[in-house]
Amino acid sequence: MRQKTLFIVPYALWIVLFVIAPLVLIFYQSFFDISGHFTLGNYGSYLTSRVYLKMTFNSVWYAFLITLVTLLISYPTAYVLNHLPNKQFWLLLVILPTWINLLLKTYAFIGLFSRSGSINQFLQFVGLGSHQLLFTDASFMFVAAYIEIPFMVLPIFNSLAEISPSLINASKDLGASQWQTFRKVVLPLSMPGVKAGIQAVFIPSLSLFMITRLIGGNRVITLGTAIEEHFLTTQNWGMGSTIGMILIIAMFIVMFITGETKQKGGTRR
Amino acid sequence: MSKRHFNWSGLYLALVFVILYAPIVYLVVFSFSAGTTMEHYHGFSWRHYADLFGDTRMITIVFNTIIIALLASLIATIIGTLGALAIKNTRGKWRNSLLSLNNVLMVSPDVIIGASFLIFFTMLGIRLGFVSVLLSHIAFCIPIVVLMVLPKINELSPTLVDAAYDLGATRWQALSQVVLPAITPGIGAGYFMALTYSLDDFAVTFFVTGNGFSTLSVEIYSRARQGINLEINALSAIMFLVSLLLVLGYYFISKHGGRRNRIVTVKEGDAQ
Repeated sequence: MRQKTLFIVPYALWIVLFVIAPLVLIFYQSFFDISGHFTLGNYGSYLTSRVYLKMTFNSVWYAFLITLVTLLISYPTAYVLNHLPNKQFWLLLVILPTWINLLLKTYAFIGLFSRSGSINQFLQFVGLGSHQLLFTDASFMFVAAYIEIPFMVLPIFNSLAEISPSLINASKDLGASQWQTFRKVVLPLSMPGVKAGIQAVFIPSLSLFMITRLIGGNRVITLGTAIEEHFLTTQNWGMGSTIGMILIIAMFIVMFITGETKQKGGTRR
Repeated sequence: MSKRHFNWSGLYLALVFVILYAPIVYLVVFSFSAGTTMEHYHGFSWRHYADLFGDTRMITIVFNTIIIALLASLIATIIGTLGALAIKNTRGKWRNSLLSLNNVLMVSPDVIIGASFLIFFTMLGIRLGFVSVLLSHIAFCIPIVVLMVLPKINELSPTLVDAAYDLGATRWQALSQVVLPAITPGIGAGYFMALTYSLDDFAVTFFVTGNGFSTLSVEIYSRARQGINLEINALSAIMFLVSLLLVLGYYFISKHGGRRNRIVTVKEGDAQ
């Protein structure tokens, strides 16, 4: 079996070239200004600029709301799914939309939410009149939550499915009501899944940039939007990398808070 | 009592499924509309499909996307499986740090991966285009393959491998006759997941794609910014059909595979 150490060569190469090197480079790049001079100015201007700080706060706040909405929809879904016969098949149906290209789903909402789109036609039909739906904060959050739902359902479902039925039976035998069993047994045991789900949703929500463009109409600027703009539009890679470092720090904070989930956590399976 | 409870939950689930599938159904329905907007349905027509198949730029991009996905997930599966086998042989601290490093790209936001790869390729002088996109896709597909293969390797009883050696198997024989067949479901699952990741990726590709080369996601993004084009609907209908077939295939393969390998695995893995 010793020979298997040879197997590590391509994998180790990958770790060095595509995991460590890019992170080091983005850190390194964050110390250069737009004309290539070494500077601490990027961090300075980030920390003193109200625009950047407000943008960061907004981004975190929206990511929090998106995660909360997704969680509130996904937990009951995972719970109900877990009680169905053929649950693997139903789970597959939840995951199936993730196989549709992200951009296509977002594109569908442009049509659904448009001024005379189907949602507005429906609202008019019910007598609520037509509204500006596209390019609002609510539509941005709805679409983001829509896209993230399967990534939240999956880990919660897995942790619920792992709970041994005998524990639930024991709780019932001891006289706990349905609600008590849920609160004292099921919910605590499903927390690893919830944490993994939060990780899988919160971090991408911080960095969404195409939904902010296509659905949010640039009203919401997330950290991701700012990075994309600095890298691809204004070509200020230094500042983009600085915001990138902030995003990485935010990511570590999230992982720390939702920690203890071992390797199972944080993977978008 | 329990009957009523079931109805409520069934209703809730139905609602969730309606929300999940409404946009997709909506796209597909309007792909058959004779009109040019996603607002009013104008009667059945195949014209957007005809437009799509006449659009050589789009067809080229679809092929690019598929080639990138197939190649990237194949290479990622090979490297990832080797990586998982290597991780299995490490112990303690090494193992933990390898696993953490493995997960870095899983948890990193797409923009960070995209931006840092862009810096990386620019510094190495790799021209942005097919090669840079392929390398990026391989890079972000590897960790998921490792994560899918590793549990299968852990499930494999060491006594089976020992038995193979006792019966006179060489290392290669033990690997190809015992270990690989046992972890094949994991490798298959890893390949499928990698394929999904690659086909679905937008943000990373967007950063490293450059001017001449485009994948489907990037192309849809730029077209969607210009407004509604029912050709995209036709495309999404076809893609939905393909995904549906892939998922059904995957479902049956994993069910079947799980049963066949029950003898080899110590603990029966759930059909994932």
